[in-house]
Formats: sequence, structure tokens, C-alpha cells
Amino acid sequence: MKFAVQVLRGPYNNQASDTAYNFVKAALSKGHEIVRIFFYHDGVINVNNLAEPPQDDRNIFARWTELGKDHGIDIVACIAASKRRGVKEGHIIEGTRISGLGQLTEMTIEADRLITFG
Amino acid sequence: MNDGTGNVDETENDQNVKKIMFVMRSAPHGTIYSYEGLETVLIMAAFEQDLTMVFIGDGLFALVKDQMTDDIGIKGFIKTYGVLDDYEVEKIYVDRISMEERGLVPEDFAIDIEVKEAEEIAAIMENQHAIIPY
Repeated sequence: MKFAVQVLRGPYNNQASDTAYNFVKAALSKGHEIVRIFFYHDGVINVNNLAEPPQDDRNIFARWTELGKDHGIDIVACIAASKRRGVKEGHIIEGTRISGLGQLTEMTIEADRLITFG
Repeated sequence: MNDGTGNVDETENDQNVKKIMFVMRSAPHGTIYSYEGLETVLIMAAFEQDLTMVFIGDGLFALVKDQMTDDIGIKGFIKTYGVLDDYEVEKIYVDRISMEERGLVPEDFAIDIEVKEAEEIAAIMENQHAIIPY
């Protein structure tokens, strides 16, 4: 099945990022396709590259980069939501990009299921 | 994609128009969810998707007319709802129980809405390609 994933909450503050990540990993391991991961609302903070989470905890940012690079998943933060929150090109983690809500529309059309976390 | 009818273009076109329903659950102020949710509706409307909006719970307050946000220092966006008609977003529903629980009546809303029972809303949800909660 083709899944599109939307994440609406910021990292650490809410479990949505963790659950989304675990869902994507599980779906991939079962042979499903992830059309795209789209960050909206405070979810865009997931791609901020200025964060330095404590070393003895999971690194939510590094996990997204790993997903993007290792599995070739398109990971996008909404540009309008990013601008409001100080997330911008040049300050985002590797393997992700900033683009418009058209990307959310497109992935919703293309996927069999849109799953929203948050 | 060719569905076997030979009319490739039309099939492709249909594939690109999906029934998408927005479930507006958040009050208009206090969080940005309702406002950013509306922004998504407008973009998807520009992409000419087959959209439905349903307002449940505190989400209904987003549609109440004569909102005055000056005193909380926030830019109101009730006027933006007025453009939905131009974008042909016409299926706008309000959950009856949510409305009554909040002491609201259809005349309180700034735009034309249709009041629906929870069962009717559930039936419409069944019919969607995607449901987006904001």
C-alpha cells in the first residue's frame, strides 16, 4: 500500500514525531511504500538543524535524516508554517526540504492512505 | 493510467481529483491549528479537489460571525471563509450536537452551512479518499 504521512506536532514536546517515525519504519519493513512525509503546524520544527538533544536520548532529527537518506523518502516541511517558526533553507537537516502545501495535496492524491500524526 | 476504456486522459484526470474531507476540531484562536487548516483547504481548493469541511466540537467557533480579535492582538481570519464560495468549496457541514452544546444556532455563522447529524457525517466520512483533521 502507498502511505502518505503528515506530522503536525513538534519533536520531543509531543509523541507524534516518534509515532510517525515508528509507523514509517514498520510500514517499510512490511514492504509498503511511503509517498512522502509532510510536516505542518509545529511539525516543521522536526527539520530544524540547530537542535542539540541530550546524547542519552533518541535523536529525532538524526532519525529523519537517516530515513531520508537510507530509504530515499521525500521529507518536506511546509514553507508557510516554517517561515512563521524560523525554520528556513540552510538551517534544515540533511535529507529534507522545504516546499509548499501543494506537496501535501499531491501526496494525498497519490497515496492510498493519508495518515496524520498529532 | 489506462483503465481499459481507451480514454486515457479522462481517466488520468479523474485520478487526480479526490474526495478530501477536513475535520475542523479546533477553536479559531488560542492555537493556530484552525487558521493553518484553512490555509490547507484553500490550497487544495486551488488544486480543484472535491472538498468537504465538517466542523465539530470547538471547531464550530471558527465560523461564528462578528468575531473581534483586536483585544487579543490576533489577526482575525473569519473573512477568509468568505472566499470558500469562490473556490467552489460548498460542502460545509456543522455537527448538530456540537452546535447545540455550545448554544449556537445556524444564524450565528458567518457563512452558509448545513447542519448534520453525527451519523450523516460518519456516512460522508466513509466516502472520502482522505480525511484531514486540524
